[in-house]
Amino acid sequence: MSWINLTALWKILVFGLIAGAGLPALFATGLFSLSRGPKTAAAAGDAEADIVVGGSVAGMVLAAICFLIILAAIGWGIYEVYQIGHPAPTPPAK
Amino acid sequence: MPFVRLSTLLPRDGNAGRVGNDVVLVLVVITALGFDFTNGFHDTGNAMATSIATGALGPRTAVAISGVLNLVGAFLSLAVAATIASGLVDTNLVTLTVVAAGLIGGIIWNLLTWLLGIPSSSSHALIGGVIGSTLAAAGGHAVKWHGLVSKVVLPACLSPIIAGLVAAIGTWLLYRISRNLTHAARNHGFRIGQIGSACMVSLAHGTNDAQKTMGVITLALIANGTLHSGANAPFWVILTCALAISIGTYVGGWRVIRTLGKGLVEIESPQGMAAESASAAVILLSASFGYSLSTTHVATGSIIGTGIGKKGAEVRWGVAGRMATAWVFTLPSAAVVGAAAYALAHAIGGTPGVIVDLVILLAVVGVIYWRSRGSKVDHNNVNDEWTGSVAPTEQPEPAAA
Repeated sequence: MSWINLTALWKILVFGLIAGAGLPALFATGLFSLSRGPKTAAAAGDAEADIVVGGSVAGMVLAAICFLIILAAIGWGIYEVYQIGHPAPTPPAK
Repeated sequence: MPFVRLSTLLPRDGNAGRVGNDVVLVLVVITALGFDFTNGFHDTGNAMATSIATGALGPRTAVAISGVLNLVGAFLSLAVAATIASGLVDTNLVTLTVVAAGLIGGIIWNLLTWLLGIPSSSSHALIGGVIGSTLAAAGGHAVKWHGLVSKVVLPACLSPIIAGLVAAIGTWLLYRISRNLTHAARNHGFRIGQIGSACMVSLAHGTNDAQKTMGVITLALIANGTLHSGANAPFWVILTCALAISIGTYVGGWRVIRTLGKGLVEIESPQGMAAESASAAVILLSASFGYSLSTTHVATGSIIGTGIGKKGAEVRWGVAGRMATAWVFTLPSAAVVGAAAYALAHAIGGTPGVIVDLVILLAVVGVIYWRSRGSKVDHNNVNDEWTGSVAPTEQPEPAAA
């Protein structure tokens, strides 16, 4: 019996970083590529401009790929949690 | 302690005893669902505080979405329920009175911290209450200290640090990647992302916190002999717990939401998204390992982390320190209330003892509710400027020029 489960700890840390910091970073990458394009270029220098979709096709495709990867990762994560979270009950002790 | 041994000698399925047991069982289940309700509204802020603070979601919409996702999350995983039901105390030594007293300890501590607007851990309140009443009833050998330390105390210390680290790195990455976006476009884009990440936290809260009440009701059913030791939570338990926490979440603990969203760090939407993603990831991962960690500790750790990760952001360490103090006191304080509740119920004895305990609980709840009306925080003033207190001080209307 150990007091601390190091395997669980490093798994939580590594997967926590991938999912908790990596996925938002991917979202930011998606936002960045979505904002590229002629509209953003035209508004360059205007700090108040609120342009989320810049109009570049390549940028939009890249953004869509980023967002889809995020959705897939979330779906897979939820599925895993469901799988792990429904263990067979221990049989009654006699 | 000889009086404890006596109680275990009493017949469990004698006719007269049976009736008393069932009355107490029903009372315990109702009390447990009451705790679950306080758990819901105490913790709405963990998921939604940052979204409400940045304006990504309207306050009413936020609590409604969070309520629904808590309901879904409650069905997602049963690992934590198993930890609570059989990993912390010796189920053979726990009686219904012990469970009832433990719940009373949890509810009272939860309401007190809510009144003060401190986001303390509902989980620790519950676990502390149950441990306290078990100690009072059966002594130290009935508590599984190893399970308590390895599955509750250590995760409680480590989880806010891990979540804070993840959130700090996430925040740094988000600002770095989006540095060429204009301020307006960045806030707009991340507000959308924030809605998604806040939803994940609500879901995670359901998988973690709703489980705790399920675990306690399962513990009560085991104590009553209805279920065998090691059984999973029955479906009606899962359903009622899911509903109770989801309704509690919908009611919204505005006082705690305010402290988390406005008191700790002034938050922009990229920070909100980083904090929520870190919380959701850490909670879901830990829940899978059966760690009953506090969603509150994780969410607070993430929010502080996001303040550290952004250049120039200010963390109000005074508020953070006040919270940390409340965290340290939560387990022992709830344990003391739980132990006192058990001692009282035991002194009176049997069903009347439990009923007297519950009447006192209702009185305390009434007093706390009455006190809270004096400094009301609701969806109208939750985002008011932080002036150093939970309830916003009345701002005088600027005189018409």
